[in-house]
Amino acid sequence: MWLCRTFVTDFRPSKTIVLSINGNNRAKDFDRNFVNMKKVLYRHLFSKVLGFSFLFFSISFYAQDAAEAAGGDPAKGKQLFNQNCAACHALDRKMTGPALANVEARLSEDEGLDREWLSAWIKNSPGMIKSGDAYANKIYAEYNQAAMTAFPTLSDQDISDILAYTAAPPPAPVAVAAVEGDGDGAKGGSSGISNELILGALAMVFGLLVIMLILVNRTLRRIAEANGVSIEKEKAEKRIPIWKAFAQNQFLVLVSVIFLLLASAYFAYGWLMQIGVDQGYEPIQPIHYSHRIHAGDNKIECKYCHSSARVSKTSGIPSLNVCMNCHKSIYKVADETLAEGQKIGVDYNKEIQKLYKAVGWDEEEQEYTGETQPVQWVRVHNLPDFAYFNHSQHVSVAGVECQTCHGPVEEMEVVYQYAPLTMGWCINCHRETNVKMEGNEYYAAIHAELSKKYGVEELTAAMMGGLECGKCHY
Amino acid sequence: MASNKKYWKNEAELNPNDSIVEALRQNEFSQEIPVDEFLGDKETLSTSTTNRRDFLKYVGFSTAAATVAACEGPVNRSIPYVVQPDNIVPGVANYYATTIADGFDFASILVKTREGRPIKIENNADAKVNGDANARVNASVLTLYDSKRVQGPMANGEPVEWKVLDATVRAKLGSLKGSGKQIVLLTQTYASPSTDKLIAEFKTQYGDNVNHVVYDAISEDAALNAFQAAYGERALADYDFEKADVIVSFGADFLGDWQGGGYDSGYAKGRVPKNGKMSKHIQLESNMSLSGANADKRYPMTPAQQKIALAKLYGKLNGTNVGGGTSDVDAAVEKVAAQIKKAGSKAVVVTGLNDINAQTVVLAINKLLGSEAFDTDKPKYVRQGDVAKVNKLVTDMNAGRVGALIIDGVNPVYSLPNAADFVTGLDKVDVSVSFAFNNDETAQSVGYVAAASHYLESWGDAQIKKGHYSLMQPVIRELFDTRQFQSALLNWMDSDKTYYEYIKENWNTDILQSSDWNKTLQDGVFVASSNGEEEEGAESAPVQAEGVEEEQSEIIPIASSIRSLINATSQGAQLVLYSKVGMGDGRQANNPWLQEFPDPISRASWDNYVTVSKADAEKLELENYNVANGGLNGSYVKLTVDGAVLENVPVIIQPGQANGTVGLSFGYGKKAGMQAEMATGVNAYTLYKDFSDVQSVNIEKTAGEHEFACVQLHNTLMGRGDIIKETTLEIFNTKDHQEWNHMPQVSLNHQEIPVTSPDADLWEEFDRSIGHHFNLSIDLNACTGCGACVIACHAENNVPVVGKREVRLSRDMHWLRIDRYYSSEDTFVQDDEKKENMDGLWGDNGSLGGFGQMEDPSANPQVAFQPVMCQHCNHAPCETVCPVAATSHGRQGQNQMAYNRCVGTRYCANNCPYKVRRFNWFLYADNDEFNFNMNNDLGKMVINPDVNVRSRGVMEKCSMCIQMTQKTILDAKREGRTVKDGEFQTACSAACSSGAMVFGDVNDEHSKIAELKEDDRMYHLLEHVGTKPNVFYHVKVRNDNEA
Repeated sequence: MWLCRTFVTDFRPSKTIVLSINGNNRAKDFDRNFVNMKKVLYRHLFSKVLGFSFLFFSISFYAQDAAEAAGGDPAKGKQLFNQNCAACHALDRKMTGPALANVEARLSEDEGLDREWLSAWIKNSPGMIKSGDAYANKIYAEYNQAAMTAFPTLSDQDISDILAYTAAPPPAPVAVAAVEGDGDGAKGGSSGISNELILGALAMVFGLLVIMLILVNRTLRRIAEANGVSIEKEKAEKRIPIWKAFAQNQFLVLVSVIFLLLASAYFAYGWLMQIGVDQGYEPIQPIHYSHRIHAGDNKIECKYCHSSARVSKTSGIPSLNVCMNCHKSIYKVADETLAEGQKIGVDYNKEIQKLYKAVGWDEEEQEYTGETQPVQWVRVHNLPDFAYFNHSQHVSVAGVECQTCHGPVEEMEVVYQYAPLTMGWCINCHRETNVKMEGNEYYAAIHAELSKKYGVEELTAAMMGGLECGKCHY
Repeated sequence: MASNKKYWKNEAELNPNDSIVEALRQNEFSQEIPVDEFLGDKETLSTSTTNRRDFLKYVGFSTAAATVAACEGPVNRSIPYVVQPDNIVPGVANYYATTIADGFDFASILVKTREGRPIKIENNADAKVNGDANARVNASVLTLYDSKRVQGPMANGEPVEWKVLDATVRAKLGSLKGSGKQIVLLTQTYASPSTDKLIAEFKTQYGDNVNHVVYDAISEDAALNAFQAAYGERALADYDFEKADVIVSFGADFLGDWQGGGYDSGYAKGRVPKNGKMSKHIQLESNMSLSGANADKRYPMTPAQQKIALAKLYGKLNGTNVGGGTSDVDAAVEKVAAQIKKAGSKAVVVTGLNDINAQTVVLAINKLLGSEAFDTDKPKYVRQGDVAKVNKLVTDMNAGRVGALIIDGVNPVYSLPNAADFVTGLDKVDVSVSFAFNNDETAQSVGYVAAASHYLESWGDAQIKKGHYSLMQPVIRELFDTRQFQSALLNWMDSDKTYYEYIKENWNTDILQSSDWNKTLQDGVFVASSNGEEEEGAESAPVQAEGVEEEQSEIIPIASSIRSLINATSQGAQLVLYSKVGMGDGRQANNPWLQEFPDPISRASWDNYVTVSKADAEKLELENYNVANGGLNGSYVKLTVDGAVLENVPVIIQPGQANGTVGLSFGYGKKAGMQAEMATGVNAYTLYKDFSDVQSVNIEKTAGEHEFACVQLHNTLMGRGDIIKETTLEIFNTKDHQEWNHMPQVSLNHQEIPVTSPDADLWEEFDRSIGHHFNLSIDLNACTGCGACVIACHAENNVPVVGKREVRLSRDMHWLRIDRYYSSEDTFVQDDEKKENMDGLWGDNGSLGGFGQMEDPSANPQVAFQPVMCQHCNHAPCETVCPVAATSHGRQGQNQMAYNRCVGTRYCANNCPYKVRRFNWFLYADNDEFNFNMNNDLGKMVINPDVNVRSRGVMEKCSMCIQMTQKTILDAKREGRTVKDGEFQTACSAACSSGAMVFGDVNDEHSKIAELKEDDRMYHLLEHVGTKPNVFYHVKVRNDNEA
């Protein structure tokens, strides 16, 4: 979508329009659309080609209230808007092109331009500019002379639908998210309290039981005293106390000492072995970037952002220009998403603002200021210097899924270290994993000879020499 | 059979009773661990306030503290680009073709960059001329990160802004325009067509009083003058030694820096026996040079003798009787002449004598021979310094005739013999600007210091040889507020062009013909097709107008040259100044890699010294001796040349040094703008009177002894003598290879079997037949000992610099060393000849000295170089003794070293028969005690991110550049193809310009390495030990053919 920089519109933001639209809703759809990005792009191209044959279909019909009179369907219009327009236009704010809320009404009121003009513009804006139309050229100049892509494939009905949507978007599921959010917030808090409550209750029950036992005991004693039964204390004194008996039994002492030593050695070893293993390390990042939203909900391919994983030893933290590919248009999240964030105390919109600040993006002017503040991410996966790991070997050659080592990143709100990243963990995988050799000329001869040698069809990395020290330590 | 020569590395070894040599042979580590330093002194121990209990407390606390500290990992930050450049992928290296043309070294090279940092220099295989980086060029990448760089322009020692400097200079230049005072540009040799054009434009803008003086610190003025007289162009004849069957050199160290160097690859090709033939190299010289060390026959001669010999040789070849009478060089001349006559046009003669007559005669001889190796049509432009002009400049400055002096690329206050005159002259110059890289001597003397960019930060071009152009492009943005000379010149000429635009325009109009600029920039080199070049040669020849006059001037009559040569005499001892392979003219003296680089001949690092023959040393009572820790000590002398005195010059007794001569190298003794550790040696330029590298010198022994950091006695090979196998061409051609490349035998069931036979093996053999099996081949015939591989290894593998003190303690860290062995004939054939040739009682060939010399095998030894790195034994002795299995074996033939596993017992080093393992006694990175490149942020930028920086207490060694082979394999895997022959490289094999080192996969039958392994000359080092190394050598063959 970001490639369609040549969009131009002739609409300017109107001061008079009341912002009655729920923008977040739209943004959510936007996210969804984003998955189909490539398709959308293609459609644009396709439409361009077809375009000229459909020029100048005029619409005989226009009314004050576009939504009703045109008979457009706002729901369908929304869909079309998100597919075709949202990369450059928002309803309530200037982006690459002007804000489009009530555009038809605004144009006819301010500029006296009718639906026919609007339709012609949408279908062939470059033509309009060339033809010397005054307002067309004015808006062209106003938006940095970036021409709007022509949409000749849009039928008149489509345009009606879109305009209906811009005039009156379908009502959002009213503030459900907010309520839900509040509820969740409370729930989040109460779940902590409830645990304490349960524990407190249990403690109370336990305390009551103890008190009851003491009371019962006292009562029984009193009864016994009353009945003249003497409690045989002396007998108990004569008996050797259990610890003394234990101390006198040398065998038992020996066994338990050995047991204790073994147990402490076991735990000491276990404790020592976890030193330097940061499995589960989940640092707070300077920008709360949610992999759950990007890789999970939006299903963005890992290597779209971490592109160097294909060719380099590092997977690469994406540079901020990669973020801006999408976030130039996605300036806030959908209400539902925002609510989800509130549950965990994160305002996603603020996080997007952090991105803009870091990359130096001026939202008002829709341009880069050049004042950048590189983000200092906290590294999650830290291999020691003496271990060499190459992503491209595993990702490109072996075809290992990112999740194999990094875990369900698409479910992680905050990324944590999933694997222990210990040598034993590496080695195990090398022992168990068969090398993907099919269709790779490099392996042809080696595979033939090695499989003969080991008498197996599939070769593990270990058989290839993947356990040698020097393969990772140099 | 292999020759029964006795090999030795040091004089001391010849003495069978030398206890130190014996001790060093027996002990791998020449020093005990210095526990005595802190435990030996009873008194200190008893007065110490730390009692046993306190000690235990300290131990307990520190252990606990360390444990606690280890529990929490540090927080690492990663900062990605904001906008990632298109061509940079983090973790992937980019290569750019560029050119070094710093006035001393000229080469077309490739620069490897990682994340935008240049980290290594490699050879540009596309370049037909000077495409090979020598040791200094390899090290130049570290000079970029010199912590002592001038970081911005300065005026009178205070930082200023460029615009202030610009304004001052512009105003001054404007006021001088048309005035009587000169504007002088005192520069290095650029060999740059664009710079020449720019300076010409500068002249047109600022008038005739602009004077461009080219100054080479080490002058080739005589050769330039002779060539100019003979061929009308101020340039140097080019030689292709590959085409020569007989090479005769009169004092020309053409494998070193003679006439700009770059001749070793052609030379080495002719030195490898092919079809029973190889070139014959005869060297007549004073100092033991790299070329002399490689020669088949070397005659030590004083410079005067060389001149006489040269004159006589001309006579012999010309059929005229020269000089009449007889002299002590006749025998040598006779033999040389016979060889040359036999070879005819396949012979070539070169000379390094800085004497116009000698140079003229050599040009005449080559012309006379019609030598095929001799090229005057397309000469080289790598030296253009003009001594007469430099001298005149100093006079003019003192006479107040210079208004502005702009200096670039040279450091005259350091390198001029009459530096004092220059400095007084500077005071009379109105404005003086020096483009300085360091705050060097000149920078401290001039008014304005213009901070200069490194060549890796600059645009530029060079015409190294006529018609062979190369481009210089920046591979990193200026690290500091610096500017290159040409940009400043453009600025001062009020041009709005950048130097890049200027070059591009110049190339597109004048040079490229119809070729594409971008393609040329990518290749780095461009060869003009011959038709275009005719017209162009006339224009772009660096010699301007004055050349025309001199073309008319009469060619120096050869007869008078001969006359003056034959009458050459010398009085007293002759000082022959030379440049070391490691240091050159000293412009990179602040480079720790080069300082630590052991000189190929003397094996001394961190020093220059006067080289003296043994006979002279005895006369002067000069001594060299090894002290208990294995270090070499030597006497000091005072050198006096025509009033100029150099005090406290250390002495090294150099086998092969011609009696009556001493040698001293340039490039050391620099003090200004240097890190204290790097300010070593003495400044030989002070004795470089009249730019003559031969001076009559008075030598006087002074008190004190000098401690050298010399690695020559270190790690001796326990007296095992079959390390270098050597034979003569005749035996090589006529006898079976078993004769001269004998395979050691062992007895099995009373049968002699070769030691390599599987039956003689104690060990299970690993199966290495599948996949890759790497081998490295080293041809002792092709190896010239230049040392480019040593520096390349340094750069690739993050080898630390340890400093002079540690080198002296045998703790140098070089993964790859080039052993230099001297040998002297076992038979007395040579001595018999000498006896026959004795002439009179006195003189060098006199019987008085002669008989003494006959007993002395070190007067004129033969030399062999042998690069030794980890041999990657298939049956490695180091592996079996490691208690923690830190060193183990790979299927691909590497002996692998897991540093993180090593606990530092050093058993492996003890058990290694080749002594190639290096122990990290200290943490050399991040340690103020070792304040070299790895200890500062700037110097760290050169570290190769693919290779670990080793910590202290860890053994390290050559890994056979496993990071490089792994990368090659990965690239092939990713592209789904097999690996092509030649793709596998190590840093040393890639750096080797002579083709001595070849690396590859022996399991690939069609590879070059597999072929080399089957060669008759192939042998393994210490084959009888049965280690089965994966590095093999080729027997050195000497061409002993006599005509």
